[in-house]
Amino acid sequence: MKETADSITQSRRNFLKTAGCLTIGFSFSCQPLSASEKPPWQDSLPGSLRQQPQINAWLEVLDDGRIRIFTGKLELGQGIRTAIAQVAAEELDMDLNKVEVHLAETGRTPHEGYTAGSGSIENSAMAVRYAAAAARQKLLELAANRWDKPADQLNVANGKVQQKTGAEQFTFAQLLNGKQLEDDVRLPVALKPKSDYRWVGKPIPRTDIERMARGEPVYVQDLRFPGMVHARVVRPLAQGAKLRSFDVAALKKTVPGVLKTVINGNFLGILATEEYEAVQSQLFAREQARWETAKPLPDEKKLAEYIKKIPAKTRTVKESGDLKTIQQQEGSLLKASYFKPYHMHGSIGPSCAVALYQENKLHIWTHSQGVYPLREALKEMLGLETDAIHVVGVPGSGCYGHNGADDVAADAALLAMAYPGKHVRLQWSRDDEHGWEPYGSAMRMEAEARLDRSGKITHWRYDLWTDSHSTRPGGEPGNLLVARSIEKPFSAPSGGYSGGGYRNSEPYYTIPNLKVDAHFFEGPLRVSALRSLGAYANVFAIESFMDELAEKAGKDPLEFRLAHLDDERAMAVVKKLQELTRSEKMAANEGIGFAFSRYKNVATYCAVAARVFVDTKTCTVQVRKMWSVIDAGEVINPDGLKNQTEGGMIQSASWTLKEQVTFGREHVSSRDWRSYPIFRFSDIPEVEVVIIDRPTEKPLGAGEAAQGPTAAALTNAIYRACGKRIRDLPINLEVRGETRE
Amino acid sequence: MKARLVIEVNRKPYPVEVDPNTPLLYVLRNNLQLNGPKYGCGLEQCGACMVLLDGKATPSCLLPVGTIKKQSIVTLEGLTQPNGSLSPVQRAFVEQQAAQCGYCLNGMVISATALLAENKQPDDIAIRQGMERVLCRCGTQSRIIRAIRQAAKEANP
Repeated sequence: MKETADSITQSRRNFLKTAGCLTIGFSFSCQPLSASEKPPWQDSLPGSLRQQPQINAWLEVLDDGRIRIFTGKLELGQGIRTAIAQVAAEELDMDLNKVEVHLAETGRTPHEGYTAGSGSIENSAMAVRYAAAAARQKLLELAANRWDKPADQLNVANGKVQQKTGAEQFTFAQLLNGKQLEDDVRLPVALKPKSDYRWVGKPIPRTDIERMARGEPVYVQDLRFPGMVHARVVRPLAQGAKLRSFDVAALKKTVPGVLKTVINGNFLGILATEEYEAVQSQLFAREQARWETAKPLPDEKKLAEYIKKIPAKTRTVKESGDLKTIQQQEGSLLKASYFKPYHMHGSIGPSCAVALYQENKLHIWTHSQGVYPLREALKEMLGLETDAIHVVGVPGSGCYGHNGADDVAADAALLAMAYPGKHVRLQWSRDDEHGWEPYGSAMRMEAEARLDRSGKITHWRYDLWTDSHSTRPGGEPGNLLVARSIEKPFSAPSGGYSGGGYRNSEPYYTIPNLKVDAHFFEGPLRVSALRSLGAYANVFAIESFMDELAEKAGKDPLEFRLAHLDDERAMAVVKKLQELTRSEKMAANEGIGFAFSRYKNVATYCAVAARVFVDTKTCTVQVRKMWSVIDAGEVINPDGLKNQTEGGMIQSASWTLKEQVTFGREHVSSRDWRSYPIFRFSDIPEVEVVIIDRPTEKPLGAGEAAQGPTAAALTNAIYRACGKRIRDLPINLEVRGETRE
Repeated sequence: MKARLVIEVNRKPYPVEVDPNTPLLYVLRNNLQLNGPKYGCGLEQCGACMVLLDGKATPSCLLPVGTIKKQSIVTLEGLTQPNGSLSPVQRAFVEQQAAQCGYCLNGMVISATALLAENKQPDDIAIRQGMERVLCRCGTQSRIIRAIRQAAKEANP
């Protein structure tokens, strides 16, 4: 599947010397706060090229006429491999099947932080576009020199440079003569005119889907190596519980195939020849190991109140105008509070990794979203040199953020170092993933707004309470689960990435007097990045509240939003949604609801409508149809964008209607798909996505844009269907919600 | 204790030496090195490990291999024709691009194949019922439903 590290060419080694000194997790640190801070798009290199401008960091010419593209991003099911191949094939005028894309691997691909935040098109694909265009320029220059002809009399086609007049041609490889293009990409770069596009903007099918349908090896779970052994880890039910005793001899007696039991502090792992022996060992050890109980958890039923009471650090996200006048008598004042529980990533395939420790070098195959940051954290945890760790990114089951991928890799690394010379395959169980993955934080949101007599919002006050939205490893060993429980433990750093909590907390509407405050608590459960981070809860609250305000003002909900928007592209998605749903006729107990947001307030525009049926006898909701209108700027692959948006709506509807991590006083009780139900086929609505393509605009990350608006569209639709305002998630018509007065 | 067993997978007999209590999934993945059936929950809740057992979609993650007597086992790999061409259901999934991460695809294609074998023209309700056991987290179900409709149409134009 992957080539060995030995095939790295000398020129790659040179480029990589400069690649090691990058800061970790830069994709998070440069998150703009407001729409006014536009990235310097036109006057500097795009995306990750700024950090790594060398052409051969991104592109290698192969002897057989193909091109190999290097991306520091991983394929997560978002189709990034295809999108990147499209932009590269376009700029180099090649057939798509002549372009190979090599995914994240330390020592081979650029360091691009994490595959996260809908940033892969903006950062990686745009870097590849410019690198490929610069390569084309360079290759033309080389050919021009060889023939002593001006470059404008030459053509580039299918891996060759030709003279327009004659039959003479050079392949790229012949021009380079065993070398690679080591020049830096420098502006200006002549990009191909969009009118000549052959691949970009077309719904190019992903080739990996056929490989999946044939059952070919695709995932880290499918890796097999000669002599590979199987491992399982044994964790207590409660986070923070300490291992008191485990009878290693009794295990060996019960499962004779056990090769080794690794106990390191509170970490317990078992290696066996056969996978089923490892499974049996895990079951035995779960019964046999004794754990000291940990700190009790709060009352889950009172979580919405509890998270507001935890001591918090407050940060003002935005302040403008004068909030003191919110108490004036004119117009009307509205207040509401909203709640979102802990959510799970809930990957269908639990996390998995393969690790090998051999000749003082550790190799890890992982579906981590950041191979370089993982290496940095592992280096600290294991006391190894950077060069002694080689991390290879291999696709896994969809993760939608920071799930158990990094943790299982760290577990596997520990086991491999305790059992050198063999590939160790560690598969987490369903219980491991459900019980130990870092969840999306519970959040509480309170909104207050004043409407003037004409029905315009004059004042807006918004407070949110949240835990961190990223505790990714990023060089911090304490963020790896296992590092906290080994003999010489690392403590989890406090705080983590706070920006995610207030993502989209500022409404995208024009409101003269406004204040947004974010309060950061450290909650009872382990948390990290889940698709769209805080935007899901913030947009749910803001767009639910907008619906309440529209009603109070006596306005149509979409017209009310339009009256508060002054961005043409925002208005265009709302108007298109209006047009799409105008002729929908509601049956009894049906309702339609709407919501809008611009992701991160600087990225993709997305408006969502949901049509629901509420069975008032059984208090159940059936989602009939959802629509989305999306503007992600220039679209590289419209079918990829549609797929992401359809899936985003369905996943968000599942979060909103069904999902909540449950826990008792001792431990999380959501341990499988019965105790943490998600959408099944009977829940799936019809979905329709309309794209507003803007080929001359910058392409924007879109994979997370639908999460927030979908939630509010659903609760707003339920209100229209049955008169109940749902402000606490998940939607429960039996115990929650207020009846319309 | 290991025993010598013979199981029929994708129309061929395979002798295996395994503990008869081993769930079929591990035998298929590790002894036969097949990638189609996936480990998802080990609890028969998610459907990622589905195989066709005498034509019926069956989770393989808890089924002891020793209990399989003369039944025929067909995995995702076995749906492909000997000449390499895809089955109508596989083809419909590819044409509809009915996947994101694709980890659930095995359970989806196997369940859809079993459904269409039983009901040549399933309506919307029958499709949902037939697929209810298989979970997808990426939210590609709407495409999967389209793929099943396409496969049904092509089989019975």
